[in-house]
Amino acid sequence: MSDAHRPEQDAPPAAGERGASLWRDALVRLRRNHLAVAGLVVLFALLVVSLLTPWIAPYGYEEQDLALGAVPPDSAHWFGTDLLGRDLFTRVLYGGRISLLVGFAATGVSLCVGVLYGAFAGYLGGRTDALMMRFVDILYSLPFVIFVIILTVYFGRNIVLLFMAIGAVEWLTMARIVRGQVMSLRQKEFIEATTVMGLPRHRVLLWHLIPNTLGPIIVYATLTVPRVMLMEAFLSYLGLGVQAPMSSWGLLINEGVQTMENRPWMLIFPSLALSITLFSLNFLGDGLRDALDVRASKD
Amino acid sequence: MPLLDVHELTTHFHTREGVVRAVNGVSFRVEPGETIGIVGESGSGKTVASLSLLGLIPAPPGRIENGTALFDGVDLLACGPKTLRSIRGRAISMIFQDPMTALNPFMRVGDQLMEPLQVHQGLSRREARTRVEEMLRLVGIQDGARNLSAWPHEFSGGMRQRVMIAMALITRPHLLIADEPTTALDVTIQAQILELLARLQRELGMAVILITHDLGVVARVCRRIYVMYAGQVMESAATEALFAQPRHPYTEALLQSLPSTHVKGEPLHTIPGLPPDLIAPIAGCPFAPRCASATDRCTRGAPTLRELVPGRATACFRVQDGEL
Repeated sequence: MSDAHRPEQDAPPAAGERGASLWRDALVRLRRNHLAVAGLVVLFALLVVSLLTPWIAPYGYEEQDLALGAVPPDSAHWFGTDLLGRDLFTRVLYGGRISLLVGFAATGVSLCVGVLYGAFAGYLGGRTDALMMRFVDILYSLPFVIFVIILTVYFGRNIVLLFMAIGAVEWLTMARIVRGQVMSLRQKEFIEATTVMGLPRHRVLLWHLIPNTLGPIIVYATLTVPRVMLMEAFLSYLGLGVQAPMSSWGLLINEGVQTMENRPWMLIFPSLALSITLFSLNFLGDGLRDALDVRASKD
Repeated sequence: MPLLDVHELTTHFHTREGVVRAVNGVSFRVEPGETIGIVGESGSGKTVASLSLLGLIPAPPGRIENGTALFDGVDLLACGPKTLRSIRGRAISMIFQDPMTALNPFMRVGDQLMEPLQVHQGLSRREARTRVEEMLRLVGIQDGARNLSAWPHEFSGGMRQRVMIAMALITRPHLLIADEPTTALDVTIQAQILELLARLQRELGMAVILITHDLGVVARVCRRIYVMYAGQVMESAATEALFAQPRHPYTEALLQSLPSTHVKGEPLHTIPGLPPDLIAPIAGCPFAPRCASATDRCTRGAPTLRELVPGRATACFRVQDGEL
């Protein structure tokens, strides 16, 4: 993707355009990528809707109508209702809050831990680096599900903590990516120059090395969010994730799958919500990867 | 007392193929406010020698085997990383060869220039900013305020090298090491940068070690020259004396190879052969296999640098004995 040559995107910034940073260049390139922009808009809309859910949801998420039971979509219940007569539209809205929160919180954790750990290992190099990366290898080899079950036992059913824990698993790949980037950056003259200038190490790490790895970091983060959401769906499916009456997209899909032959709407609507989010994030991630490719902006 | 007195510096690289003897017993001296030149072909050890002084040799495989380097009474080779870090950037600075890769692409030029001031002198942002604008004017970048918020990729190569120089000089070091500061630049820019260096050296009263393979460059700005070959100093002399009458066959061959001294229409003069492989131990004079005046003696024993007259030394048996 990044090698695809699009001449109209390689135009240098207009002469005299002041402070045209790499970021602004990247933004300009991103704006030309319609899919990425669409992804961004959809995500923003989802975020706003999630924030406003308590006010715009037509029903309460635990509001049952056992007499009604599961009915297909109609004007009163746009997405239909589930077996307990709860409004599915409402539950998808509330589920989105959980799924998005989990997705971004876990990604945030993996971002912080992975970036610092990887940058540190790559910068120090030598034996410290070898030791730190072997530790990552060991964690990599732990079976994920068992790891999460242990964490669930340890943390209880607190979903925020649980998905922080997912983030703590997800940082491993981030650490590897950042370490590789930092190791190649270390050879660059401007890093050598910081040594000549006698700058302290933490400054070099925070202000010179990590900013230069931001491109891959951001892109990888946008790819992590959907993966964490899928993981949440998987864990909820196993009964390890979100518990009733709270909902999440993963949980709703799980319920839908069980009755998909008789009540397909219970599967279709939550799946659609999850799919749209994942597509948006992937498009945005793709767009960011191209937009932040420094080579494209310099050639 | 000299500002920097390097004695018998020896740096080797212990690689899987064997020991690369990059620098072998190099000695030189820099007086306060003086510009010296270290000249040599690629691989002659001139860069390794300067990096050794600043503790920038990648170790392993590199190792400083021997020598002292007294700077203001402190031995740079023995003082430990902490002392070295406080000397680097404050008292000794360095300009790198390639300005295109020596600036952090993700940091505004102004921030990069202010950083050493904030770290070493504890200046506030505003104070640092004033100093940076002043320094940018000094290196010939007008409109400093506007350029402070620019990004490195918006600058041309010559501008970036000026920024690099400004960055190296911002803390007013006593010694500047310039490693091929003009090699990556266009010829027209080269002249400007050299003039700039010479002017700043006068105005700030600092000493400069200019490392280059370009004899034209050293002739223009240096007072004394050290000619290096295969990790050793072959000849040292005042610039005029060296150009007027080289006292080592290698220097002579180098001067003959200058395109400006050559008669139009004749093929360009080159030195036959190749520099020696630094992994294989060298028995005699390293230049002997390529030297037109070499005798048996030159391949048997290694000559050492010896003073002919004060300020002028050569590492050639035959010159030392008055045969050449």
